[in-house]
Amino acid sequence: MLKIVICVKQVPDTTEVRIDPETNTLIREGVPAIVNPFDAHATQAAQHLKAKYGAHLTVLSMGPPQAVEAIKKCVSMGADRGILLSDRAFAGADTWATSYALTAGLRRIADEQGMDLVLCGKQAIDGDTAQVGPGIARRLGWPQITYAIGIPDVDVEAGTITVERRLEDGVEVVKARLPAVVTVVEEINELEYASLPEMIRAARYEPEVWTSDDLDVEEQFLGLNGSPTTVSEIFPPPQPEAGEIIAGGRDDSAAAVQELVDKLIQRVEAGTAEK
Amino acid sequence: MTETQVAEVGTAETGMPDKLEFDVIVVGAGPAGLAAGTVCARAGLDTIIIERGRKPGTKNMMGGVLYTRPTAQVWPEFWKEAPLERCVIEQNQWIMTEDSVIKMGYRSPHFAEGVPNCFTVLRVKIDQYFAEQAEAAGALIINETKVDEVLQDDGHVVGVRTGRADGDVYAPVVILAEGVNPQLTCALGMQEDLKPDVAAVTVKEVLRLDPEIIEERFGLNEGEGATIEMFGAPTRGMLGTAFLYTNQNSLSLGLGVLLSEFAEIPDTPHDLLQELKRHPAVAPLIEGAEPAEYMAHLIPEGGYNKMPTLFGHGVMIAGDAAQLVNGLHREGSNHAILSGKTAAETAIDAHEKGNFSAQVLGHYRQRLAETAPTIADLRKYRKATKFMEHHPVLSVYPALAAWAFEQMLTVDDKTKRQKQWEIIKEALRRRKPWGMAWDAIDGGLSFI
Repeated sequence: MLKIVICVKQVPDTTEVRIDPETNTLIREGVPAIVNPFDAHATQAAQHLKAKYGAHLTVLSMGPPQAVEAIKKCVSMGADRGILLSDRAFAGADTWATSYALTAGLRRIADEQGMDLVLCGKQAIDGDTAQVGPGIARRLGWPQITYAIGIPDVDVEAGTITVERRLEDGVEVVKARLPAVVTVVEEINELEYASLPEMIRAARYEPEVWTSDDLDVEEQFLGLNGSPTTVSEIFPPPQPEAGEIIAGGRDDSAAAVQELVDKLIQRVEAGTAEK
Repeated sequence: MTETQVAEVGTAETGMPDKLEFDVIVVGAGPAGLAAGTVCARAGLDTIIIERGRKPGTKNMMGGVLYTRPTAQVWPEFWKEAPLERCVIEQNQWIMTEDSVIKMGYRSPHFAEGVPNCFTVLRVKIDQYFAEQAEAAGALIINETKVDEVLQDDGHVVGVRTGRADGDVYAPVVILAEGVNPQLTCALGMQEDLKPDVAAVTVKEVLRLDPEIIEERFGLNEGEGATIEMFGAPTRGMLGTAFLYTNQNSLSLGLGVLLSEFAEIPDTPHDLLQELKRHPAVAPLIEGAEPAEYMAHLIPEGGYNKMPTLFGHGVMIAGDAAQLVNGLHREGSNHAILSGKTAAETAIDAHEKGNFSAQVLGHYRQRLAETAPTIADLRKYRKATKFMEHHPVLSVYPALAAWAFEQMLTVDDKTKRQKQWEIIKEALRRRKPWGMAWDAIDGGLSFI
């Protein structure tokens, strides 16, 4: 049977997050935690593969103890097993250290039960780096297929996976050898409501919690110590310039158009002069 | 009302039993539902609590004062660890005109001693604490799930149908703690549809403010809280009250007015709340506070006369769904908790007897009447809402009383006796003597 592991992250619901105007950091206080939406779509994609081919789904996350809630949510979406990497040693990890710890978790899962496919969301909505999925693939030495919008075929016998990738100018269809890492974007599927029996199963499910002692890791590569990234500055994107409305178009459209043309020419000339 | 045969639900694929069965189903994870769920689970009953919101408390609102003693009957000594805001040591009543106020209040350290009398709370935090207690006792809470229908078999409630796939769940006893708009209770024919004259629409802002500023403005020590109930101008004389409560690092400012009276004026509840924020007695207390949350909810005001039948075959009704709110004393969550607890005790009893008929579940009402002040209190004030609706007690009298205070406190060349005469004359001008006499008698009969 196909063995799939989905890597998920619990994130603050950014639709309810505000930015502290003084420090430019997220105000996380009192903001509900959710499963990172891209990861939820990855879980849903795994559930679809399970329905189509039969599969065993394991959810893996790293985070504080309350992140078990995110894992339980994924269990309600069809995951069979859930594991949380939770340890003070993991705290403060950047994408480098996170992919290191997750990969150690994945290796243990692979040893225990086998692993053909790792699914991740494209990126987390609280960091937007899109580095952890590719980082895992690199550390495992597996092919990585990013920006997946569809997984039309998995051939366990032949050991291949076919993935449709969203590119800026179209869709690319890629066939890769299993095992592989696939990161998905939201358009891969629509999230489905869990059935009541699945909700009850998830509410009763107790995710496994692994600490650094449960993994084959070196302390120096974990958490803050193992994180080479430093954040030097955080700032919100610049506000777009306010538009300008040229009035009087209804009464004298020729004059209004002339005014618009003049303005555009002015702007182009100013731009050319700057260069 | 839908009669549904007990049907087999095939969920073999997930390895679940064919039919989802519990000992007790509780609909709604508010104070009533969580109290009921906790008590049932502690007794070893397999208990499921079904909640519509993302988490308990996220769809709920109250002023919010939580009374300790009734709450501790379900969660003993909860106040030592629960996420409470401030221990209320001072309670004020303000009678207000558009720009003036007559203040009364009682402050005592006794309220903080031993078992403290009450605390201010924010529902999202406290409901989730109660939910954790219910889960620790063994109850299963299913969030984000709406109950659409009560399942019946031969006149007995046997379960509920949720909006989820394979969503039927069965139990010999169902406790409906579904809140102020009790659609399931109504569908069972146990309650009339909610009417505008039996519910108040309440709006509230949570205004963030530093704890030190709150303590300085309200004359409080760390952890101590004050409440202010406001009558008269804030509701423009309509039946309702406004309130200002101190939380740990915020203020809860809001007002509620009977829906039917609100419908008669063009302004929205939000307009009245903004007006209140500008009132010269309120503005300095909230100055510099930043709005953090805005919420609105209905509060049951039907009282004793609109209390539904509290039980039927296989079903009991608790909390707001049963109209168990004493609006005059801003008590609701305490009655919700006590009714949930009593319904749970009756469910446990029914399981011991193996009998879930209305005869056995009817002990719920009897027990509640005997062990809690809920029903007696509601009965005492059963005429109060009717009395105050469109009544001068909230419109004419506050202005008159304020005017009288101003006359007596203003020192000029008139004698005190002259002032008293003027007050009496003015009173008679604004309200005829028989009117006042009738107000006194009617009011007396309605409240005593």
